[in-house]
Order: sequence, then structure tokens, then C-alpha cells
Amino acid sequence: MERVPILKLGDILIVSIQIDLEDQSVLALQEDLADKIVATGARGVIIDITAVEIVDSFIGRMFATIASISRMLDAETVVVGMRPAVAITLVELGLSLGGVRTALNLEKGVALLNHLDGAQIAAARR
Amino acid sequence: MTSPGEQLLPINSNGDVVLVRQQVRAVAIQAGLSLVDQTKVVTAASELARNALVYAGGGQVKIEVVRNGVRSGLRLTFSDDGPGIPDIEQALTDGWTTGGGLGLGLSGSRRLVDEFDLQSAPGEGTLVTVTKWSR
Repeated sequence: MERVPILKLGDILIVSIQIDLEDQSVLALQEDLADKIVATGARGVIIDITAVEIVDSFIGRMFATIASISRMLDAETVVVGMRPAVAITLVELGLSLGGVRTALNLEKGVALLNHLDGAQIAAARR
Repeated sequence: MTSPGEQLLPINSNGDVVLVRQQVRAVAIQAGLSLVDQTKVVTAASELARNALVYAGGGQVKIEVVRNGVRSGLRLTFSDDGPGIPDIEQALTDGWTTGGGLGLGLSGSRRLVDEFDLQSAPGEGTLVTVTKWSR
């Protein structure tokens, strides 16, 4: 089984999926990310799927699960780089990923996380 | 019983599910499917291959290019010798699952292809045939 590497940039963890994901790799990634969020105190997680050709219900559920887990660990998740054909297929499959934030690319994903973090700090000051 | 245009792949591990996706993609390109249609049929294949693995402990898929007049398409036949499906209508309902998943595998796959046929009975395994035509 291949493991997906997790990179740290400031207080953001970045996962770029470059392999054809086996179900076991998907489950391992969920656990690795949860561990890494706690170990690093990261505030944001970016999952880059630019290279991912298909997202089926198992992989789609992983995005939602990671978003929920990271929220419990005080981090926000953004999925970036979804291909148009993948988006069309996911909606038709019946998986609209309502609870998962998305951004078109890595740059916009980082901007979104910084914006969310800024909003939280502003709210805490009030 | 496979003719030159056909391939038979086993589905006995998570790795096999990945191989099925890759092979279905290759044949979908060969059949002239658009990128969106390739993505849809590969996604359906991934769902159906996982079903065979999770619910039946394994099975196989036949991948073939089919023709209908000027149109070409891709036909996938998933078969297993698992416990079978007692209530097919229920199994095809969005959100229905006995395996702890989202319940979108069968119902979602049906929406992603042009033709969908499911034959199953308790104790007699399951046969799912799907076809995606080029446009």
C-alpha cells in the first residue's frame, strides 16, 4: 500500500494526491492527517486533487470525513484542484460534498484558509 | 469465451479495484468516449468493483468494446458468486446500504451509465451489466 505524504507549510498541512488511491491508502491518509494536525497544531488542511482522475463514493466520503475530523481538531479543510469531469460525475453520482469547502487551486485554497483564520481571530477579539 | 476485443479481470483485492479503473479508462478511450463519459464510466466501474469485493468477497469483470450502428461503446459485466441481493429495488435506492457505505454505489452507478442491468437472487451471486455509449 502506498502512503500519501503530508507537507507542512506554516500552520497549513498540504496533501497532494498523486497516486491512484486504493481504499486502504484512503483510510491511512485519514489517520495520518488526524495525527499530524494534533502533532503540529495546524489550523488548516489542503487536499490537492489536481492529479486525481476519478473520485468515487469511497474517496468522496474520505473528503467529508477528513473535513469533520479536522474541524473537531480545530482545523479547516479545503479540497482544491477538482477537475471539471470529476465535479460533473460526483454530482451525478449523488455526492455533492455539502460539508466540504473547495477552492479552484492551491493559491485560492491558502487564501481561503487565511481568510477563515482572520475571521476567527476578529470574532475572538470582539 | 473471450473474443479478441474482450478482457477478463479478477477483482480479489483493493489493488485489483485500482487495476480495473485503469483498464476501463484505457478501453473507454479506445471506444471513443469523451473525457466526461470516461470519468463517469470509470467511476461506475470503481463502485461496482468495490461492491463485488466488499459484498461477495471478490468476483470478476469483463470489459468489451461494443458497437451499435455507427456508435461505439464500452460494456462492463461484473459477476460474483456472493450471497446475492434479496431485494433488488431496495438495493437500488439512494442511501440504502448493508455495508456501512453511503449507499450510492449501485444507485449512483446506474445514473452514470446509459444502460444498467442487475440480476441477482439470494445464494446465486450477482451479475451487473452496464454500457456507456459514445456521443
